[in-house]
Amino acid sequence: MGFEPVLTKGIGEGDLIDIDVYEGQGGYQGLRKALKELSPAEVHEMVKESGLRGRGGAGFPTGVKWGFLPNDGRPRYLVCNADESEPATFNNRMLIEYNPHQLIEGILISAYATGAAQSFIYLRGEFKRGYDVLMRAMEQARRKGYLGKNIMGSGFDQEITVHRGAGAYICGEETGLLSSLEGGRGQPRLKPPFPAVSGLYGMPTIVNNVETLCNVPHIIYRGVEWYRSIGTEKSPGPKIYSVSGKVKRPGNYELPLGVTFAELLDLAGGLHEGRRLKGFQPGGASAPILTADHVDVPLDFDSTMEAGSMLGTAGVIVFDDTVCLVRVARYYADFFSNESCGQCTPCREGTAWKSRILRRLEEGGGTMHDLDVLRSLKRTMQGTTICLLSDASTFFVQSVLERFPEEFEAHVTAGGCPLQLEEVRSA
Amino acid sequence: MSAPAWLTSHADEVQAILDRYPQKRSALMPLFHLAQEVRGYVSEEDLAAIAELTGVTKAYAESVISFYSLYERKPVGKYVIHVCNNIACGLEGSAELIRHLEERLGIKAGETTPDGLITLHVTGECIAACDAAPALQVNLEYCNKVDPEKADAIIEAIRRGETPEAIGDMFGGLSLQPTAGFTKSSS
Repeated sequence: MGFEPVLTKGIGEGDLIDIDVYEGQGGYQGLRKALKELSPAEVHEMVKESGLRGRGGAGFPTGVKWGFLPNDGRPRYLVCNADESEPATFNNRMLIEYNPHQLIEGILISAYATGAAQSFIYLRGEFKRGYDVLMRAMEQARRKGYLGKNIMGSGFDQEITVHRGAGAYICGEETGLLSSLEGGRGQPRLKPPFPAVSGLYGMPTIVNNVETLCNVPHIIYRGVEWYRSIGTEKSPGPKIYSVSGKVKRPGNYELPLGVTFAELLDLAGGLHEGRRLKGFQPGGASAPILTADHVDVPLDFDSTMEAGSMLGTAGVIVFDDTVCLVRVARYYADFFSNESCGQCTPCREGTAWKSRILRRLEEGGGTMHDLDVLRSLKRTMQGTTICLLSDASTFFVQSVLERFPEEFEAHVTAGGCPLQLEEVRSA
Repeated sequence: MSAPAWLTSHADEVQAILDRYPQKRSALMPLFHLAQEVRGYVSEEDLAAIAELTGVTKAYAESVISFYSLYERKPVGKYVIHVCNNIACGLEGSAELIRHLEERLGIKAGETTPDGLITLHVTGECIAACDAAPALQVNLEYCNKVDPEKADAIIEAIRRGETPEAIGDMFGGLSLQPTAGFTKSSS
């Protein structure tokens, strides 16, 4: 039997911003079931049993995360991380702009299960249209009695506050996000304590990604067994892969977790005519590069890790033989340097120097010693800072040095980029 | 320094923002957004008023606003273009797009046209439209796959006085690719 889209069902067909259209395809039935038939503990148990893993990058089991909340009577908060900013990632924006009720329903069910006093959506500032859509959808949900006091007559109350960011990648990191939501600079905090213990305003807080929360209504409504029939044993459920780069049909593809890169590439129309695959990143700018030898790697959390990369956000970016990987590394280096929050010296200084070195290599003034310096970042920039931005900024360049050393060496010996970059642009 | 006009003209909205959060300080960012919507940028008097509303010092408010790149601190054009220059857009020619826009508008990135209509920004932050590369935003409304002809059409639409929303409807769009019926070929 063929796969039927779950999270993207109805998108592009009807106007799912209209609550009646959403309800017409089963919308808010998960919330109804949760509030009328299940206790919060039972909802939590179902999410745990479903094996749902966080879609924001780490792949941590959602039900287990919820279980870290202490039972100490303090108010708890649920925060939806909608600060989608990992380069090459664009599925949350679609879920918000085209199916906002699914997210609202997922938040309400999750708030019920975790006992949240209030919920927040930390929405990327650039998503202005998404903000307007969410406000409209929330107003409709309120009129139907799905949001606010005594939801569906169950006695459960919940408010969702949408908080717009304002252009800072680091606010996608959950503690940076919380600092920002509290009205501060978006600077990450040391963990532990983890947000589940001390999060927003120092209170127990769960931070879940948009796509993660969008899975919840379906798990509750259609059941754990159905959910686990999709995807793999260890990475169950559907996943929206955002495919970009050198393919014929870039876009968002919802598929069972564990499709191979080859299958995904085929769906995305394959490479442009006459091109050869050089490599791909399965999970956004932070993910190490995989090569043409990895096309049969299933794109799930564990298989990508075993192959030496990570699923991350499943922003799959494809590089063909016209792409200069040193140039790609320089793009990322500039990006990370710009987005470093500046708290930790290895990151603030390291990202800036990495950027300068890569620029030098690209422009023809690089030396073999520069390559050694780039290799040494593993020691100086990984595991030495408060958050993972520093580490993440080194993964791609390290992986290219390891898997495509000749690309870097050629830049040194040729005194610049051996590829004619104009050809890349005319693709 | 005089109190900004939006304090009274948008009094209900200001109160709603303050009521939304368990702690007042959280209202800083939404109030910055509000001030910017009204004035186009966040002025010194806006900053002072917002600091007072949220119970923080002006220096603290300054430390917060300076962290975020979307806030404008000096007058900008009625239309603000952000061209994405991260990887996917870079691979598909954002550099040419930027050059083209600079030439057509007669300004450099970071500048505003002399008539005060258009400000051009280049952002290194990926704007989550990689399938539509090279992409840009007009007052945060998305425009997809902007080649030079489309860039000219967008500028024309701006000069005609189209709203940013209308521009988004004209030049933006959905990125979903159908996958119904997909069956795994392996395993």
